Order: sequence, then C-alpha cells, then structure tokens
Amino acid sequence: MTPLEIRRHAILWAALVALLALTVATSFLRLGFVNLVLNLGIAIAKAAIVLIFFMRLGRESRAAQLAAGAGVLWLMLLVGLSLADFARRN
Amino acid sequence: MWVFIASEVLFFGVLFFAYLIARLRFPDAFSAASRRTNLTLGTLNTAILLTSSVSMALGVQAIRVRRREAAAGLLAVTAGLGIAFLAVKGVEYRDDYRQALFPGGAFAFAAPLRSGAELFFWLYLTMTGVHAVHLAIGVALVGGAAIRTARSKVAIRFLLFVECAGLYWHFVDLVWIFLYPCLYLVSRS
Repeated sequence: MTPLEIRRHAILWAALVALLALTVATSFLRLGFVNLVLNLGIAIAKAAIVLIFFMRLGRESRAAQLAAGAGVLWLMLLVGLSLADFARRN
Repeated sequence: MWVFIASEVLFFGVLFFAYLIARLRFPDAFSAASRRTNLTLGTLNTAILLTSSVSMALGVQAIRVRRREAAAGLLAVTAGLGIAFLAVKGVEYRDDYRQALFPGGAFAFAAPLRSGAELFFWLYLTMTGVHAVHLAIGVALVGGAAIRTARSKVAIRFLLFVECAGLYWHFVDLVWIFLYPCLYLVSRS
C-alpha cells in the first residue's frame, strides 16, 4: 500500500479502461473479420492483466499454476475435439 | 482455490462452446440479435467490474501489509461496485424484457431470424444470469470479509480467506471480460 503500489494499480486501471475504450471504438469500424480478432485479442489482453497482476499467477506455486493451466487445457481439448466433429458434419 | 477455479473454467467453458456452435450455425441472427443488446449499460458494467478488480487487488495488498482500516474500506468499495453491477444488470434485464427480447411468446424477431435470435438471447440470459449469481456470491464473500476485517483487531487472521475471495472475484471478472465482446460486440459496425 505504498504510494508506488497505488500508482501501479492506477496505471493498470487506466490500461484496462483504455483497452475497453479501444474495443468499443473499433467495433464501430467496419473491419469484418478483423473486428472479431480485435475484440478477442483485447479480451485476452485484459484477462492477462488480471491474471498476472491481480491474481499473481506468476508468483503462485507450481501446483497452483498447473491447476490453472489444466483448466484451460481441458477446455481447449473439449472445444477442439468437438469442433472437429462439428466441422465434419457441415 | 485454483483447482476450484479450473473447475469453474470448464463450467463456463461449455456455455461459451454452446455459444460458439450456435453462432457458427446462425451468424446473421447472432449479428442482428447482438445489436439489440444495450451497449451503453454493458460497457458501463464492464468498467464497473474492471474497477472492482483493481480495488480488490489493493484490498488484498492492504491486508498483507496489515493496513486493516484501508483493507476494510477497499473490500467494502469492491462489494459496493459488485452491487452496482447487479443493479445495472437488473435495469438492463427490465429493458430487454420490455423490448420483447426474452425468448418465447411475443418475440422481437420474426422468421427467418427468429430461431437464431431466440437462441442468442437464451444464451445471453443464461450466461449473464449464471455470471450474476456468481457475482452475488462474490458480494456476500467480499462484503463479509470487509465487516470481519473492520471488526477484528488482527486483520492478518483473515488473510487466507481474503486472498481466496480475491481470486474468486477476479475470476468472475475474467468471465465477464469474455462475455462482453461475445454478447455486446458481435456486429456493431
């Protein structure tokens, strides 16, 4: 709770709000597929800020990191395999 | 706590997957339906939640360095922002209902977009509803932590509880970060 830490969090807040403004602004531009890429990319950037700086995933134990990684990995496997099925049906 | 969060990732993950399949199947209906969501209130709520994650992170930091009063205040602010989010969401649901965006009965879209748009709003209500339930639990946890921290002389005793409540709060924020573009920003241009 030093002034330095408060400043650091103020910068992180400004970055998150700037990313939000960017995603809203670009969604009004007719960019087609790029809109989708920007929206998802900005969401991933915001999520990275939350995971790294607020949830401190980098400083957690290896076991905690493994648990977090496993959650995402299983989801990717489920989505990937199911999408492969979906793609072949249509 | 991280194992619990991983299980929550899968819980919300299947909803996102259902959304993905439905959007691939009905791209035009999803574009049209997404334009009817309330972008102003959705964006306001995103800003509220992002801000609440900052106050939560500062609150956890304050309790780590034994700044009890600051911690209690920051946790109370976080819970308050959560209540503000739920209030805005309530107003939004009311407007959606008045615009006949709830599936079934007199629905705002006619064929051929109707079935896809109904699916979009079914997913919209389910995903935001489940998220709101999670946030309400978060408000109870963080609000309770604020009261206990304010009352106790040794705030450090609650460190583990507050850290876990913080991780949960940030996770609920993460879910919204992905819900927001999927529901509100499909096709605005």
